[in-house]
Amino acid sequence: MERQSPLFTAFIYASALLLAAVILAPVLWLFIMSISSTADLSAKPLNWWPDEIDLSRYGVLMTTLENSAGAAFVASLLNSLKVAGMATLAAIAVAIPSAWAVSRTPAVSWSLYAVIATYMLPPVALAVPLYMGLATLGLLNSVFGLALVYLTILAPFTTWLLKSGFDSIPKEIESAAMIDGARLDQILRLITLPLAAPVMATSALFAFLLAWDEFFYALLFTSDLRAKTLTVAIADLAGGRVSDYGLIATAGVLAALPPVLIGLIMQKALISGLTSGGVKG
Amino acid sequence: MSGTWITTRAWLLMLPLLVVMISVIGWPLIDTVRLSFTDAKLVGTEGTFVGLANYAKVLGGSNFQRALVTTTWFAVVSVTAEMVIGVLAALLLNQQFRGRTALRALMILPWALPTVVNATLWRLIYNPEYGALNAALTQIGLIDSYRSWLGEPGSALTALIVADCWKNFPLVALIALAALQAVPRDITAASLVDGAGPFNRFRYVIMPYLAGPLLVALVLRTIEAFKVFDLVWVMTRGGPANSTRTLSILVYQEAFSFQRAGSGASLALIVTLLVTVLAVAYAALVRKAAGAT
Repeated sequence: MERQSPLFTAFIYASALLLAAVILAPVLWLFIMSISSTADLSAKPLNWWPDEIDLSRYGVLMTTLENSAGAAFVASLLNSLKVAGMATLAAIAVAIPSAWAVSRTPAVSWSLYAVIATYMLPPVALAVPLYMGLATLGLLNSVFGLALVYLTILAPFTTWLLKSGFDSIPKEIESAAMIDGARLDQILRLITLPLAAPVMATSALFAFLLAWDEFFYALLFTSDLRAKTLTVAIADLAGGRVSDYGLIATAGVLAALPPVLIGLIMQKALISGLTSGGVKG
Repeated sequence: MSGTWITTRAWLLMLPLLVVMISVIGWPLIDTVRLSFTDAKLVGTEGTFVGLANYAKVLGGSNFQRALVTTTWFAVVSVTAEMVIGVLAALLLNQQFRGRTALRALMILPWALPTVVNATLWRLIYNPEYGALNAALTQIGLIDSYRSWLGEPGSALTALIVADCWKNFPLVALIALAALQAVPRDITAASLVDGAGPFNRFRYVIMPYLAGPLLVALVLRTIEAFKVFDLVWVMTRGGPANSTRTLSILVYQEAFSFQRAGSGASLALIVTLLVTVLAVAYAALVRKAAGAT
């Protein structure tokens, strides 16, 4: 082993502190803004830590009083949950049979590349016809319409993830069951799907996060509280005439909580997903 | 079971996905192509066939050329910075020190933050009246008076690049770290015995393991940066004086703000073509990297 000089050790710790500060400072500041009074936030020189912790904005945003800022926020939160939930379920439902078929049938594996290729398409390439199509179907400004559109992102993504999940389940288990006389639906239901449950859960969570983060289609295809999602609501707040910056920060903290918690819990799956995606393409 | 039946069965199982892909991706893409040859409006008029007029107008116009330069600059600078900072952070996280596990977990934070929240956060930091950046720089004494970072054409794009880097360098770092951990210990130990200095060790011992994953990260990040919309929309909407108007923002304005579906579609297809070139380069590089290792 390399014997490290004290100077090198000091350098390592200094760099680690710097990295931690770079990552933490903006996030911490978002949180501090959300609990500072307006007076503290507009003070010059700036009050970096509030004299008194003010949690009232969290209450403001979580109330459902009619026509309040809270009602709009809660409605958009529910819309985000509905859209992301529906889109994830639908994507997983179509992805499971196709991912299994691609994984077990080399003859059709080329189709996976076509699927991945669509994932790279810029959303602007589809936006105009999708807008016109949704308008014709009467699905503009609807959570169903938006969930349908989100399949353009989630269906290729989940198929890709599930395919590599099925690849790691040995074919031999299925062949053995087949020799014992099990039908295909029994094999899938009793053997393969239970074994793939962790991968399916991970894929569903990632898909949910993708839908939760989505902004472009939501901006185009929703216009009021019936369908507007959280990302659009926050962009409205940030770009609007709201004078209370703390309120904008609070909305940001609340919108970031679910993905940050999921991200921290799923650290391992995330990192292995990054590397396997990187190697297998 | 015969081979044809297995193939047929595979296609049958893929039927639901194919139906979805054709209706929400295939058909819209083809319709975008059709629209790009018409003068259709977003609402109302169907439009008539105008041949290549939209393409000629778009490619010859200064708006497209300027947006292409802005987008390329944004992509090249932010991705380069993300790769350099990401690799340095990964080299650090691969060292032994107390708190390393916590610091690694921390790297998830910017990645997990929704892009819109990230954009909002930085918009608040850059605020010309109450922003933290102005406050911090004034208190250190680097600037005398508060500046409008997002309001001046000279600094807005750089401010966006910083926000993009902060969110995305940790992803590069995590990918690079995973690759570093695959470097066998005895190889680095052997290179030490052979007297290789830190630079040569990085170049000849570590780099071969890093190259493949980094290449993939590089191209994926470039494609993403080329498509950038959310960050710009929330922070500047393409302003001031169109200094941050990227290609995606331009398509949005043409097709939806001005409701010119026809020329918006032709612009969107040109962007798609550019992204496709990047994606094909990606596929080729991945194949080459996979062959090399």
